[in-house]
Amino acid sequence: MCLGIPGQIVAILDAESAIATVEVGGVRRPVNVSFVMDDGPIETCIGAWVLVHVGFAMARIDAEEAARTLAVLAELEEFQAEMQSMVQTP
Amino acid sequence: MKFVDEFRDPAKAQALVEDIRRVLSRIPSSRRRPLQVMEVCGGHTHTIFRYGIQRMLPDEDLEYVHGPGCPVCVLPMGRVDDCVALAERPEVIFSTFGDAMRVPGSRKSLLQAKADGADVRMVYSPLDALALARRHPDREVIFFGLGFETTMPSTAMTLIQARRQGLRNFSLFCNHITIIPTLRALLDAPDLRLDALVGPGHVSMIIGTSPYDFIARDYGRPVAIAGFEPLDLLHATWMVLKQLAEGRCEIENQYGRVVPPDGNPRALAAIDEVFEPREHFEWRGLGSIAQSGVRIRPAYAAYDAERKFAVPNVAIADPSACQCGEVLKGLIRPHQCRVFGTACTPETPLGALMVSSEGACAAQYGYGRQAAHA
Repeated sequence: MCLGIPGQIVAILDAESAIATVEVGGVRRPVNVSFVMDDGPIETCIGAWVLVHVGFAMARIDAEEAARTLAVLAELEEFQAEMQSMVQTP
Repeated sequence: MKFVDEFRDPAKAQALVEDIRRVLSRIPSSRRRPLQVMEVCGGHTHTIFRYGIQRMLPDEDLEYVHGPGCPVCVLPMGRVDDCVALAERPEVIFSTFGDAMRVPGSRKSLLQAKADGADVRMVYSPLDALALARRHPDREVIFFGLGFETTMPSTAMTLIQARRQGLRNFSLFCNHITIIPTLRALLDAPDLRLDALVGPGHVSMIIGTSPYDFIARDYGRPVAIAGFEPLDLLHATWMVLKQLAEGRCEIENQYGRVVPPDGNPRALAAIDEVFEPREHFEWRGLGSIAQSGVRIRPAYAAYDAERKFAVPNVAIADPSACQCGEVLKGLIRPHQCRVFGTACTPETPLGALMVSSEGACAAQYGYGRQAAHA
């Protein structure tokens, strides 16, 4: 339920609604990044690693933390289910 | 990758287990029972069973109590009935997370309601529910929002966007709960015997570390906020035991790489914009806890499913054979429940703790049946 999945912000889709394309475990998905923006323009988020929860980036993390977390998550059935629902729903 | 290998290193886990044994031997042994450490978060419960962490540790000295931090597990039956009633309205598209679909109500689960013809959709994000409302202007889209502070900012931001976009056919059935009043209620319970707590990682990433201060100050219990890897949990366990051995009582943060001391101020601002505390909220197995839920503020009333539709809001008692409440309070272990693995299994759950893989009973059923004290 409270799973956070690491992803990297690769592009801005809709600056007004703070929606960015985030690559999560090889899948690209729109994610709301309003909670991890700083005071600068939204483009400064590009390249950042974030923890994604239910379609929102909830925290910035570093690349090392992202890799560690992905390695642990890969073993969990719940992660597989979450990835599946991420791909299946619009 | 170096850090992944480090995480895999069983020698590191073994070293931590040795550290835990050493520090346990320094804690005065006047007690006649194992020390009880509660992991609050359902994700931690899952990790403990998944990796057999309890089995690595001296059972006679240390016991994990699996806390209330699995939001679907603490959802009372009456609330599921409310969801089903809303979902069965012909104009409604009822949307929610996959975890909530199988929770039993007194008549049926949402999954059964869907099989019976109700338009129930599983979504990954509340924003997907918002997109449904835009695509189906002739229908009423209700999102069933549940979860602790981890999930709350997302539904708050979804309502903020719904208002900004002027959507009229979207609403939230708000069943969010907050962790701090819940912990306070648990610590106040006369039959609870906790010695220390392992704090939730992702709730804390939102709320920060200071909201836990009262646990050390008023209840004299140490806390360590932990990440989700097995080594994180072992490390956090060692941290609280070390506090007990040294007579210290503090809030420590083992998960500093994700949890900032102040949490996420933007997410907290979104929560505050949209939600306010409810006087009481009913929990499965734990009864009513003051101030433990939130409702939608009047400024967002147009997006509140409880104001928009007639919600039955009938209280339904938990099944009498079910002992979820005693498991949640650490009075019994999951396998000691009288219906564990017989009348209550993950395929046909009777109690909520058997529903989600983060529930203590489902986790024990799935990973630990052979080991009596997994």
